[in-house]
Amino acid sequence: MAIGETIRNSQIWKSIFRHPMPLDRRNRIVVMLTNFFLHLHPVSIKKQGIALSFTWCMGGVTFFLFLVETVTGVLLMFYYRPTLEWAYNDILALRDVTSLGILRELHRWGAHAMVITTWLHMYRVFLTGSYKPPREFNWVIGVILLLLTLLLSFTGYLLPWDQLAIWAITVGSNMARATPILGYEGPGQQLLTIGGIDMITDASDARFGLLGARFVGEETLNRFYVLHCIAIPLAVALLLAIHFWRVRKDGGISGPL
Amino acid sequence: MHSNGLFLKDVAGFLGSYYTGLAIMNAVAALILWRKKGQPGWAVTWAVFAGVMMILASLALSGSESLVPSLPLSARTLVNTLSGPMLYTLGTTALFTVLFVFRRFFVQPMAAWTVFNVALVLMGLSMADENFAAIVMKPDNVPIVGLVFLLAFFTWVATKQAVVNDDRIRQGLPPMEKLDDEKVLVWPDLVYTELICMVAVSAFLLVWAIFLPAPLEEPASSVKTPNPSKAPWYFLGLQEMLVYFDPWYAGVVLPSLVVFGLMAMPYLDFNKKGNGYYSIEERKFSYLVYQFGFFELWITLIILGTFLRGPNWNFYGPFEYWTPYKVEVLNNVDLPQMFWVNLLDQPLPRAPQGAGTLTQIGYIFLREAPGLALLGGYLLLLPPLLAVTVFRGYFAKMGFIRYMIMANLMLLMLSLPLKMILRWTLNLKYLVSIPEFSLNF
Repeated sequence: MAIGETIRNSQIWKSIFRHPMPLDRRNRIVVMLTNFFLHLHPVSIKKQGIALSFTWCMGGVTFFLFLVETVTGVLLMFYYRPTLEWAYNDILALRDVTSLGILRELHRWGAHAMVITTWLHMYRVFLTGSYKPPREFNWVIGVILLLLTLLLSFTGYLLPWDQLAIWAITVGSNMARATPILGYEGPGQQLLTIGGIDMITDASDARFGLLGARFVGEETLNRFYVLHCIAIPLAVALLLAIHFWRVRKDGGISGPL
Repeated sequence: MHSNGLFLKDVAGFLGSYYTGLAIMNAVAALILWRKKGQPGWAVTWAVFAGVMMILASLALSGSESLVPSLPLSARTLVNTLSGPMLYTLGTTALFTVLFVFRRFFVQPMAAWTVFNVALVLMGLSMADENFAAIVMKPDNVPIVGLVFLLAFFTWVATKQAVVNDDRIRQGLPPMEKLDDEKVLVWPDLVYTELICMVAVSAFLLVWAIFLPAPLEEPASSVKTPNPSKAPWYFLGLQEMLVYFDPWYAGVVLPSLVVFGLMAMPYLDFNKKGNGYYSIEERKFSYLVYQFGFFELWITLIILGTFLRGPNWNFYGPFEYWTPYKVEVLNNVDLPQMFWVNLLDQPLPRAPQGAGTLTQIGYIFLREAPGLALLGGYLLLLPPLLAVTVFRGYFAKMGFIRYMIMANLMLLMLSLPLKMILRWTLNLKYLVSIPEFSLNF
């Protein structure tokens, strides 16, 4: 006890934590205001608003899974090389040889779980009518986040570079070929013809833009790797910040008016 | 393929622990009910049920063909023969309708617990079938099984509260959520809940990762196309729509409309009631539209696409072997063919040899006139017609632009079930078929 006391009174401890232990009412309020990680929360909240039967905790779980994916994903990036030569072998090694290869399981199942919890979070927000004014715009951001979650999962699906991966991505991205006007098998692609030269070919259409090639190959692996590890996570992080900020600004957790 | 002697030995351990889990779960339920003293009858029922589950567990552990509890072969064959896309879709629709109409009955804890147990036992019995287990136990399909149970559970939780609130509102009382206006400090009340949630999710994820290895198939080969080739599971509803529509609509336009429609929702729903609490009666229209879209057009299609679509995207019953040699009759006909050839007994209108582009386009319009007229009527005439009849009140409140966006989104959403029905009843392939411009609808 005395040691704990000494540590908490030391200059180092006090320089890190700007607040005393949240043991009494005053310090429980102070801690919410002075701690960077806690200041996303309000100081006090409606009791029914945090009842599990009301919120299901699904938004929080989704965010937590995003963090799990980030941590396990960064660790996996130390092992995995996104090239035709190494991608499959590295995943194979993660399964059979590498210690802590379970990180791949955590990452994959976490991703599936994140898709599901996103749907459940959205379902709860709908059922409680929480998308209604003043929270309309936050719902819109939520829809974009849903889309990005699916794209994160989709781009990650390719990385193991096995049969499951490339054919799932082939089937999924074949759709882009049929994009109206911009896909080379889509309706109206003939409209973009200049001087008799077809602008939309299989090497310039929407699918080519997605894959970086005419078929799922090394260019696609690289493109999806960058999207999966950098571009989409950054977009998600930005939108998450706005999403959380708007929850606070739009009146906190929803409840009857 | 029912040579499942070896298979049953493999699955015996799993089934044994599955039924043991059921027994423990029900024994705990019985104990809780007994100590509450309110419903001794139910406590005894679930205690007996737990005993039965223990017997099933020991039978399953034997791993012998004569003892492992399973559905009779005749029942499985019957299910396989009867099931098809039409029965599946109509059946799930009927199920959702019954659950919705009799929601007062199903929200009672004992009714829900009974349904839950029946579902779990049926699941266990089905798992003793080699073909069923092969699909459900595919590592990437396990999350869908979880999703089904989670959705059922949370829908029950929400409906239970909505039913109570609807009753209170009818009596002029505020919803339950309003009763407790007390405020609590976020530290400790919320912060600790979050911490416990994080620990629980981490534990759950670790157990899942330890017991279920992530799938890894053969190295990628662009010349060896697997049959069936499937998109990731969350997109299989979209892939299923390809049965009824061309990729430009099923794979590009409809998904974009889903995203757009979801974003537009808060701006179209002008109903101010039901904000911040569970209720159904106060917002029945938006509730039913959302549930129809989410459950019928998203979740059930994913389940259909994952579990019941095999090689060549043919339909396979839940206990059917996925033979790649199953042949399905393709006798779908385009509407112009039906109209000009079958009905009027004429050849399809075709531009004369060497005609100019405009004449050719004119002939295409003539050929596709019946489909274009139907589509035009559906998308252009129906919205104003509905505005002065069924949606009169909506039109008055929403104004022209908002109403038109809502009506068109609804009609485009309904285009999928309508096309399904046309396919099942008339074998209709396309309403409008203009291969000249890759435009089929």
